Amino acid sequence: MFDFDAGKYGPYVWPAYAITALVIAALVLDSLMRARRWRRAAEAAANDGAGAS
Amino acid sequence: MMIPALANPERFMAFSRWAAPLFGAIAVVLLAAGLVLDFRAPPDYQQGYAVHIMFIHVPAAWMSLFIYACLGGASLLSLVFRHALAQAAARAAAPLGAAVTLLALITGSLWGKPTWGAWWVWGDPRLTSVLVLFLFYLAYLALDASIEDDARAAPATSILALVGLINLPIVHFSVTWWRSLHQGSSVFRAGGPAMPATYLAPLLVMGLAYMAGFGALWLVRIRGEVWRRRALARAVRRAG
Repeated sequence: MFDFDAGKYGPYVWPAYAITALVIAALVLDSLMRARRWRRAAEAAANDGAGAS
Repeated sequence: MMIPALANPERFMAFSRWAAPLFGAIAVVLLAAGLVLDFRAPPDYQQGYAVHIMFIHVPAAWMSLFIYACLGGASLLSLVFRHALAQAAARAAAPLGAAVTLLALITGSLWGKPTWGAWWVWGDPRLTSVLVLFLFYLAYLALDASIEDDARAAPATSILALVGLINLPIVHFSVTWWRSLHQGSSVFRAGGPAMPATYLAPLLVMGLAYMAGFGALWLVRIRGEVWRRRALARAVRRAG
């Protein structure tokens, strides 16, 4: 079935997977948070503009 | 044609609204399938369990080149047509490309130590050309961050991105043009892949997972760029 035994290669295999998981998680979070922040800013600016006009 | 249709920001926002989560879901499913195949693959007769690093390193290396090609293509469109969405696409691709190139370098180093006996070999053409690729990404990000006005930043960053395209064939062919620790291409080569199915299947599935993940994140970041420009444009109009 699954073989998670990396034997003597563990000190190389698991850090590689851990760093990959961290970088991918950081990219996902950063992309989503950045998009959400600017969407809110655009909506706020549109609402301000509507209120001012 | 897909690209001209999506050049309209409203159409792009409508498309990316459903396409980004769809690509994200495909990436998650493929990643899960790739990891199942990965950890069911037997240890390699030469490199033992270190072969597992291949399934995350090689897709990162492929994506580092593919994303730079996307960055270059978007930059060309931005330069020729002065299209804001093309510049947004280029700006959105750069941090993703820099991150996967860094991943390729780090996981490659972690793979190199147990297989070659060295973390890094200065002068190896593949390692050096990928490092140059990473530096092009960093230079693009630094130049883009240093010019506040988007209209002024676009031509400068586009030209830099286009210059960096020269490096892509150098990275790809470095193992055939010069002596390298890296072996030649084992997947995309004339005559078909030179790899048993037990390794080829997880590698290709992980490659598709990375590709779908990039598609999802690229679209999300371009959407963020579109909103950023709208927010800034409205702020400028209000100030004026």
